[in-house]
Formats: sequence, C-alpha cells, structure tokens
Amino acid sequence: MAGPVLEMRSIVKTFPGVKALSDVTLTVRQGEVHAVCGENGAGKSTLMKVLSGVHPHGSYEGDILFEGQVCRFRDIRASEQRGIVIIHQELALVPHLSLAENIFLGNEHAARGFINWRDTLRHATELLRRVGLDEHPETRVADIGVGKQQLVEIAKALSKKVRLLILDEPTAALNDEDSGKLLDLILQLKDQDITSIIISHKLNEIRRVADSVTIIRDGLSIETLDVRAPETTEDRIISGMVGRDLDSRFPERTPHRTEEGAAPALEIRNWTVHHPIDQHRKVVDDVSIRVRRGEIVGIAGLMGAGRTELAMSVFGRAYGRYAGGTVLKDGEEIRTRTVAEAVGHGIAYVTEDRKHYGLNLIDTINRNISLTALHKVARRGVVDEHEERQVSEGFRQSMNIKAPTVFETVGKLSGGNQQKVVLSKWIFAGPDVLILDEPTRGIDVGAKYEIYTVIDQLAAQGKAVVFISSELPELLGMCDRIYTMAAGRLTGEVPRAEATQEVLMRRMTKDKR
Amino acid sequence: MSTEVTKSPAAAPPGGGPAGGGRGGNVLQLLAGNLRGNMRQYGMLIALGLIVALFAIWTDGQLLLPRNVSNLVLQNGYVLILAIGMMLVIIAGHIDLSVGSMTAFVGAFAAVLTVQHGVPWPITLVLCLIAGAIGGAAQGFFIAYLGIPSFIVTLAGMLIFRGFTEILLQGQTLGPFPNGLQKMGNGFLPEVGPHTNYHNITLLLGLVLIVFAVLQEVRDRRRQREFSLDVVPLNLFLLKLVSIVAAILVLTLLLASYKGAPILLLVLGALVVGYGYVMRNAVFGRHIYAIGGNLPAAKLSGVKDKKVTFLVFMNMGALAALAGLAIAARLNAASPKAGLNYELEAIASSFIGGASMSGGVGTVLGAIIGGLVLGVLNNGMNLLSVGTDWQQVIKGFALLAAVGFDVWNKRRSGS
Repeated sequence: MAGPVLEMRSIVKTFPGVKALSDVTLTVRQGEVHAVCGENGAGKSTLMKVLSGVHPHGSYEGDILFEGQVCRFRDIRASEQRGIVIIHQELALVPHLSLAENIFLGNEHAARGFINWRDTLRHATELLRRVGLDEHPETRVADIGVGKQQLVEIAKALSKKVRLLILDEPTAALNDEDSGKLLDLILQLKDQDITSIIISHKLNEIRRVADSVTIIRDGLSIETLDVRAPETTEDRIISGMVGRDLDSRFPERTPHRTEEGAAPALEIRNWTVHHPIDQHRKVVDDVSIRVRRGEIVGIAGLMGAGRTELAMSVFGRAYGRYAGGTVLKDGEEIRTRTVAEAVGHGIAYVTEDRKHYGLNLIDTINRNISLTALHKVARRGVVDEHEERQVSEGFRQSMNIKAPTVFETVGKLSGGNQQKVVLSKWIFAGPDVLILDEPTRGIDVGAKYEIYTVIDQLAAQGKAVVFISSELPELLGMCDRIYTMAAGRLTGEVPRAEATQEVLMRRMTKDKR
Repeated sequence: MSTEVTKSPAAAPPGGGPAGGGRGGNVLQLLAGNLRGNMRQYGMLIALGLIVALFAIWTDGQLLLPRNVSNLVLQNGYVLILAIGMMLVIIAGHIDLSVGSMTAFVGAFAAVLTVQHGVPWPITLVLCLIAGAIGGAAQGFFIAYLGIPSFIVTLAGMLIFRGFTEILLQGQTLGPFPNGLQKMGNGFLPEVGPHTNYHNITLLLGLVLIVFAVLQEVRDRRRQREFSLDVVPLNLFLLKLVSIVAAILVLTLLLASYKGAPILLLVLGALVVGYGYVMRNAVFGRHIYAIGGNLPAAKLSGVKDKKVTFLVFMNMGALAALAGLAIAARLNAASPKAGLNYELEAIASSFIGGASMSGGVGTVLGAIIGGLVLGVLNNGMNLLSVGTDWQQVIKGFALLAAVGFDVWNKRRSGS
C-alpha cells in the first residue's frame, strides 16, 4: 500500500488543569481506512479537533504533516481548504434548509452574492447520488432521518473536495441498517482514493471497514495494529484499550454483604424506552436491574449504550417515551411518572450534565443546595433563610466545597466543586436510592477521590447507590456488582470478584444481534 | 464603636467527610459578594438618586415639593403595580404583552358593573380581581400546559383584551365611578385628631413603620446568631438601620405636610413588602427563580414548572386588574384607549431594575426602582415642560443606558 498521507507527531494538548493529550503519534497511509479507538475521555476527539484546526496551531505542541507538507491550521476553514473534513458526532446541519442548501452552506454556488440555483441543484444531485442518497435536493433536512442526514454530511464533505475524511463516532446514533449503509459508503469512498479516519469503539465495525487501528489511552498513543493481520483479535484491541493498572485511587471499601432475604431497595423490571423522536428505536430494551441497601452497583457501557436514558426515564420519565416496565421500591411497586413522584419515593438522580441538568448556574451555592428539598427548611411554604444557610454552610464544610461563602455563584466554581454542590443538593434531599451518572466526569484526580469517599460513606449509611460510569477502573474500584449495557440492552451482570476490565469491555462491545 | 465578628463553632456536617474551610474574613467576602451580586440594583439606586437630585436642581426644588411627591406616587402607582407582576413573569423566563390591554379591559368591566348596573364598589373590586386572574390564568394555561411561547400568547391576549374593552364600552367613555372606587386612585388617608401642620394619621403610620422595620432587622440579626451564622459588623448594621429610618421619615414628612399618604401608596407598599417576601422566602418564589435560571435542572429537581408558570401568569392577571382599577378610578372613567403601552413601561421598569432577558434574575425592589427611574423622568420632564415627543426619546435612551451599563459591567468582571 502507499506511503503515509498524514503524520501527526508527538502531539501534546493541554487544557487549563488537564492534559488531554500527553504524546500522540498517528500515521495514516494513503487510501486506507484508519480507526482510532480508546475509552471515553482517552483523547480521541481532542486529537481530531487538533487535526482539523478546531484547536488552532499554536494551542498544541507537535507537528502535523499532510501530504508531505507541514500544516499550521488557524481554523476549520484552513484545514478544509487542504481537503481535511471532519464530521462531528452532533451533525452540523440546519434543519429547515434543504439538502442542497446544506451541502453548499458557506460554500455557495453564487455570483455577486446571488445563488445560482441551477448549478446548485445539479451539483447537489450529483453528490447525493455519489453517497447513495435517493432524495430530492430540495427536501428539508428536518424531513429525513438521522441516517440520511449523516449521508448529507458526507455529501457536504465531498463538495469540499475532501482528501481525508474524519468521522467521529458516525454510527452512534444510527440503527443497524443505516450503520451498514454508512460503512459501505466509507468503503466505496476508499475505492475512490479518499482516506478516512473513523473514531469508533464498536469493534465489529472496526473489523469490517478498517485497515489499521490506533489505540489511544489516557492521552497517549499506545500502538497501531494491522486489522487484517490474524493476530489482531477483538481481545487484543480490548487489552490495548484498557491496559492500565489499578492503583490506590479509591478509598478502601469493605464490600457489601448481600442479605438475600431483604427486598432490594430499588428494582427495575423489564424497562423499555423508545427514542423521543424516532419512535421505532428502542433506546432501552427490556432492562431489569436491582440494587440493595448499602450496595454500590455499577452500570458500564459505551456511548449510546442507554445507561443515562435508563436512569432518566426511570427518574420521572425525564427522557424518551415509556414503553413498558415497572419500578419497585423495597419490594413494592411505585409510580415514578414525574420527577416529584420519584423524589417523593426517595430516589435521587445526579445528572451527568451538571451544567444543563444539574445546577442553576446563575444562582448561589446556597439556593442550589436547598432547591430539591426546600420544604425541609420551610414552614408553611416560607423558607427560613437562616436555617437554609446553616444547612448549606454545613455542606460547604463537610463536602469541602472550595468557595469563600455559600453566596458564591455556582457558575464561577470549578467542575469538581460544582459536582460537590450537585451531590450536596441530592444528599440534602435525603434519598434512599442515589443514581449517580458519571459523577466524576471532567474533574481532577484530587476531587475525584473526595467524591469516591462521599459515595462510599453514602453506601455505608445504608443507601443504595447506582453508579453509572464510562471509566472502568472507577467502577472496578468502587462497585460491589457491575451491570454492562450495549445498544440499550443488558449484556451482563458481573460480581466484584469476577470483574476485570477485559471481562467488562467484552460485554460492553458485545453485539447482541 | 467596636467591630464585632461572630465566629461560629463548626456546624455538624450532615454528610460526614473531610471538614475544612476557614471562616475568617468571611464577613467582608459576604459583603463584597452581596455588593457584586446586586451591582445593577445598587447602581440603579444611585442612578435614581442622581436623577432625583438633577431634576430637583433643574426644577428649583419643585420636584421635591410635598404636592409633587404625592402626585408622583399617584401618577406612577399603577405602572409600579404592573412592574411587580412583570418582574415575576420575566424572572420565570417569560414576557407578558397583554397587561396594558388587561388594565383597560378591567377598567371597562368595572365601569359596566358600577355605572351601568349599580353593583356596589367592594363587590366590583373583588369581581374585577377575579376577572383579571381568570384572564391571566387563561393565558397561563396556553403557555404552561400547551407550551405556546408567552410572547405569542400574550400578543394575542393584547389584541383580544383590547377588543373586549371596546366591545364592552362600545367605543365610548364610561363614568363617573362611585366614591369608594375613586378613592383607590385619588384618595388619601382620612384625617383625625388635633390640627397640626402635618397629617396625623400619616405621621403615626410612618412611626409604626419605622418601629416595625427596626424590630424586623434586629430580630433577623438575632436569628442569624441563633443559627451560628456570621453577621454583619455592628457599625454597618447600625448604618443600615439609620438609612432605613431616615428614608421612611423623609417620605412620611413629605407626604404628611400635604394631604397625607395616598391610599394607592399604601396598596403599593403592601404589595412590595408582600411580593418581596414571597420572592425571597417562599418556596413558590424560589421555584420561579429556579425555572427561569435553568428549566431542565429545575424539572429534574422536582419543581412543578408548569404549575409555577401558570400561577405566575394568573398572578400577573390579578395585578393587572388591580392596576386597571387604579387607573380607571384616577381618571374617574373607563376609556377604550386606557392603559395603552403600559406593558412596555412595565417591561422597561423590570429591565432597568435588573431583570435579564434570559430569566432567573431580578428582584421586586429592582422593579420598583426601575419604575421610579422612569416615573421621576416623566414627572421631572413634565415640570420642565419637555414635550412627550422628547420624553419618549429620553426614556428610550435611559433604558438602553441602564441595560448597556449592566452588560458592560458583566463583561468587565468576566462573568
């Protein structure tokens, strides 16, 4: 095969407080499909943002060589002019414009500011045919499915004379059929000598389309494997992805003694949820889990596995369309059709997205902590401000929230401290069951340890904890039992003694079909 | 005077875990934080002071004559009532364009009841408030439960209620109102007792108010101690007390040396205290801030966002009805063109007083300050015989300047 088309040499990228990429080297040969895989947060997306100029030259260290020339991209436009086009996970299409308008957005066929519709439509039709999309170019983007929208993105890339196409988890939101079509298209483009980089953690997909795979872990490029070589098995890739030692990043935890007699604090039976818009897609499919008092139960899964969707739909149907299943608290069936009902039954859900779903960023620590359980510091609907302040002062100290006073605006705190505020808020609500969704996402190691300690204490106090996380070491370090999910289904239940990263990863990447 | 700082023993940590965080210097940080957080409001209070001072000078003191202060209250009372309700609506992240038409509609309704059908005025008052609440609730239903944007629902409401007003009045002006109702717009407290140079009841009321305010502040301070919280140093606390007392005293003396306190002012005072308390201390008020600040987070915290939104609009309707009665009573007639553009004055008052387009921010006191800025501008320019044409231009710039200052200030402090 041909020589390298792209070389990224010793890329280092630092964000304030976090080193996202420590040393990554990536070499892609002309005309191949090159997969990049790694755990969530390993640095895959950051690497692609460096390559495409989202993070401009100068904001990172290391060199990028494309077609033999050193590249210093100031922005995406600069990289696109060289023929490097990235398609993000969240599609960048304008829903109310037509396919043709979207394909040429920012790059219109126009003379003196007026669009030449004849050329636009003719050219668009051609591009749509090339990506195998049988739609009229004047159809609105909003009127076609996500799978087809993905193809429009590729048509848009082709219109920019793409030489290197980067796809960031392109099939994460697609069903099987659409995924298959997309993968076929990538292979067709390969025949047209377009090189592709595909970020994915679906191992079966990688095996199907990729020629080689580079594994990234903790901001380091670990190795590049030839996918076609017989020794490159799925297990081989998994061990590359997870091969990291467990160290004492977790508090000593005495594992939970299971009292088989007592009813679980929370039991979810046959829970099924449909996608809020695409009603034919099951986002959560017949999932049953249970958690006892004093137990920490993990849910492992890759992006799109349906973990958050499961949690949010149980918690007051805050996600998707309910399609069946029951929730039992201490052995009795309960209604959790609204958030208020769920909270009333002693369930708390600590969101993975604290900025959008967890906190009122423009308000104070004080008022954020008291919001879910205002009645506890209120008499007949009137809040006792002094009692409220005493409560939040107590949390500020016990949780070690680093802020001068509880009247500090939450938006000004660091991620770790914001997370402590969210946790305080839900601990104050006094739940029996806490569902923690990625409680340590985006926070530094020191704050992580503090949060693990809090979680451990909650379990020791007899609360049931459901711990959703993408970081396997974290689950292995904290949980008594771990469920694995893939594509909306439960794919395994592993007790602490048997859990290793390899075992979990295999189940997380298991294709149920 | 000695400065004292109460240091509290560390409160029992509810969640356990590593305790930490010193408390020294907290009081200063508390003050600084408080000042920063309310920059817009303090800024507007200072601006209001400046505007009053300037107009007092330009009008050779006419602005602050007892008669004029009394007038100022009567002329702007209804806009202030509307501004309170509007502030709630804007904090919740919405807007209400229908309040001007609503005031006209309620005025017309009141005229039809009393003038045409001879319904006694107290019953009219209650019926009008109910009518306003129903009108607000109807809009609130479309906004909260059907999810139609408030801008559109209340724009429709603006047309609908204006239309109903004209239907009720058949294009004519209806009046006069019975005495009791007139009092609401024009009346003053009755006078009793010996003849002094001041209005006795007003003086008495002012004194009661001062005692009440001082007691409240002292009680609050004691409660903070009880909960072992840091309190403001004593000298600052005294300064605050003195300012409050002085402010009430000056206003009382001004009003008492003319005809006494207008009834409308008493109504307004009660509303400010009541709504201020609700927004600060009631669960309902907190929920309004929560849904305006971050709706998804509020939902996931169990806040009944739809119910809160509904009630906020119902409340706005009731307050608009009250304002409508006040206007009709003051003009002693219901006119089809009453309350024109009042919604815009109320909205402008809220924004001058610290509300944010995206919701979640603002106080009742802020709305009043904003309303007074506009009111003093109106009144002062009237005294200077500035035409309404230029008045509008100047008020427009005042709004732009107030919000512009806030945006600039926020950008500068990098928040």
